[in-house]
Formats: sequence, structure tokens, C-alpha cells
Amino acid sequence: MATREEITSGLAEILEEVAGVNPDDVAESKSFTEDLDVDSLSMVEVVVAAEEKFGVKIPDNEVQNLKTVGDAVSYIEANH
Amino acid sequence: MTAGSRIVALGHYQPSRVVTNDDLAKVVDTNDAWIRDRVGIAERRVADQETVADMATFAAEKALAGSGLAAGDIDMVAVATCSSVDRCPNVATRVAARLGIPAPAAFDLNTACSGFSYALGTADHAIRAGAARNALVIGAEKLSDVVDWTDRSTAVLFGDGAGAAVVTAVPDGEQPGIGPVLWGSAPDKGDVLRIEGWRPYIQQEGQMVFRWATTALAPFAIETCAKAGVQPSDLAAFVPHQANTRIIDGIVKRLGLGPDVVIAKDLVESGNTSAASVPLALSKLVERREVPSGAPVLLFGFGGGLTYAGQVIRCP
Repeated sequence: MATREEITSGLAEILEEVAGVNPDDVAESKSFTEDLDVDSLSMVEVVVAAEEKFGVKIPDNEVQNLKTVGDAVSYIEANH
Repeated sequence: MTAGSRIVALGHYQPSRVVTNDDLAKVVDTNDAWIRDRVGIAERRVADQETVADMATFAAEKALAGSGLAAGDIDMVAVATCSSVDRCPNVATRVAARLGIPAPAAFDLNTACSGFSYALGTADHAIRAGAARNALVIGAEKLSDVVDWTDRSTAVLFGDGAGAAVVTAVPDGEQPGIGPVLWGSAPDKGDVLRIEGWRPYIQQEGQMVFRWATTALAPFAIETCAKAGVQPSDLAAFVPHQANTRIIDGIVKRLGLGPDVVIAKDLVESGNTSAASVPLALSKLVERREVPSGAPVLLFGFGGGLTYAGQVIRCP
């Protein structure tokens, strides 16, 4: 069972690879689109990579609810 | 019955009017950098007077001229389109009438953006079965008729155009030039891209289409190569449906295609022309001599429905 810190750092790795986000900028309070400049298609790539990395299913209708890094961490923590 | 078929000539047509991203920024809230970054399109062609049948005819005329065949030799015309406004007569018979093809089997086929590979597979099967000998296979679209020019999420994506191939039976003892088709659909997700109702326009759930295209299709493309007995690394070129450079790059990465493989990216200058995109891009690659004759090329269409189809062909 990964901790929230471990999930956050895993997401930071994905964000760096998919969207070129500096891992130092990634924190639970940050909004994907507004703070980290992740566009809607990169967000899909992040979700797909997160499914593989954490062994979770993140359905299409859930993606729009993941506004912040913390939202994604909570979803992954509750579902993996 | 014959051992198979091959493409002997290609042709394409695009309207002369160029619409750049800056032109679009004057009518909807968008900008060049946004479109290039999200989609990869710089400009597209938009028809003024030409109908789907006009563009299909112009493309087919060029393919026929390059094939060395006469109009009277053609016994099948298959047109892939999802944007023809007229229901009857179909586009195929209009093309046949204009080109003086006297009595072909003539039909339109609609699987949206995967249409050309469906039509090419169908023509190949007809030739193998002895039901046709020389086929004109065309993809033609006037998507500007079905675009909502006030919707910035879709208005920037599409263009008009046509591409055509002359497909003939291979002589006895020669290898077929069209590999086995892989075709299918994901109907449970079909509604994520729609052109529906009376006076319709294109609507799509972009994120869902993108997710399906970047995750579901690469295994099918690999399977298409396997059906043809070709490794992806053996391909000389990959001509996928031209919807989005990020979808194309994602599939290329999953196929493990190296820098030696020519990747069609005609959408940069043509936008997404649905069923026309694969033959249009292929015809341009061949015209520019970017792929040697006889080399294996993977065609792979995907789109509304959600349908997909592909085959490995030998470059004419």
C-alpha cells in the first residue's frame, strides 16, 4: 500500500515524462490545468500512465473530477 | 478467383482555398499555438463550390490516368464517405457517370474516418472472390458542410479533400499487394463522436476519443502487421488516419517504429479529412517518391463508431 507521499512522487514522475512538468512544482494543492499547465489531452496521458503505474482503473467519467494532484492521490489511494 | 489484388495507382484532390489557424482565430476563440500544440494542424483546405462527388471524381480521374487502364476496364467503384449530403444517387455512381465508367458495381460505404481501409478491404475481397477485376477505391469528404463553425473544440480540426486508388487483380504467380484487412469497432463507445440528426454537425468527446485512440489501437496495428507476415520494424512507411499528431506519435511509440520509417503527417497541411485522410496522405507520399515501389506500408484508419481498419499494402 503506497503512502500519499509515494503516490505524489509517482505522479510527479509521470507528469515530468508526459507533460514536462518540473517535479519540484508538484504538490497536492496544485491544479493540473491551472498551476501545472497540463492540457486536456496530456491529462488523459497522465491518467493512462497512472493506471499502469498504480494498478487502478480511472474511468472516463472520473477524469473530470481530478482537478488537483491531491484529488488524483485520493482517488488512487482509495482504489488501488 | 485470383490470388489477390494490389494498388497500381493513386490520386488526390484538395480544394484550392487554404484556411490557416490565424484565419480561424478571426471567427472562433482560438489561436495558432493552441491548435498546433493540441492537434498539430497548421492549415486545412475548405471547398467552396466542390461537392463530395466532385472531389472524389477529380481524385479518381488522376488515379485512373496513372493506372494505364481505361474507364471501361473499371468494374467496381467504392466510395468511403460520411459527409455526402445527397442520399441518392450515391457518390460512386456519380463518379462513374462523370468518368464514363459504363456499368460498375457502385456503392458508398460509411465507417467515418476508417472508411478507406474498409473500402480497400472490401474491394480486395471482391477481387479475390472473382466478383470484380479492377476497382476504384475512393475516400472523399466535405466536412466543412458538417462542422459547427462556432464550436472552437471541433471547428479547428477538419478539412475537405479526396484520395483514390486503382486496385487490380494480381497476375498469376505474383504476390498480392494488399495484405489481410483487420477491421472492427467498439460500438459501446460509439457515441463519443457524432454527426447525427437533420442538418447535422460534428460533435465529439475529445478526451474520450483521444484515450481510445492512444490506448486501444496500437495492438490492432501490430496484429495487422502480423496478419501480413510483416514485423513493424520492416515497414517502410506508416499512414494512419490523420486526426492528431499526438495520437500518431503515441501509436508510433507503441509500435516501436524507428526513425527510418516514414510517418505520414499530412494533417499539418490538410487537417482531419476523415475517410479521405489515408488515401490523401498515401497519394502525396507516393507522388513525392518518399516510399520505394514495392515497400510495405501500414495503413490504419480509425474514428467515428468507433470503427477501425487497417492493412499492410505494397507501395505502388
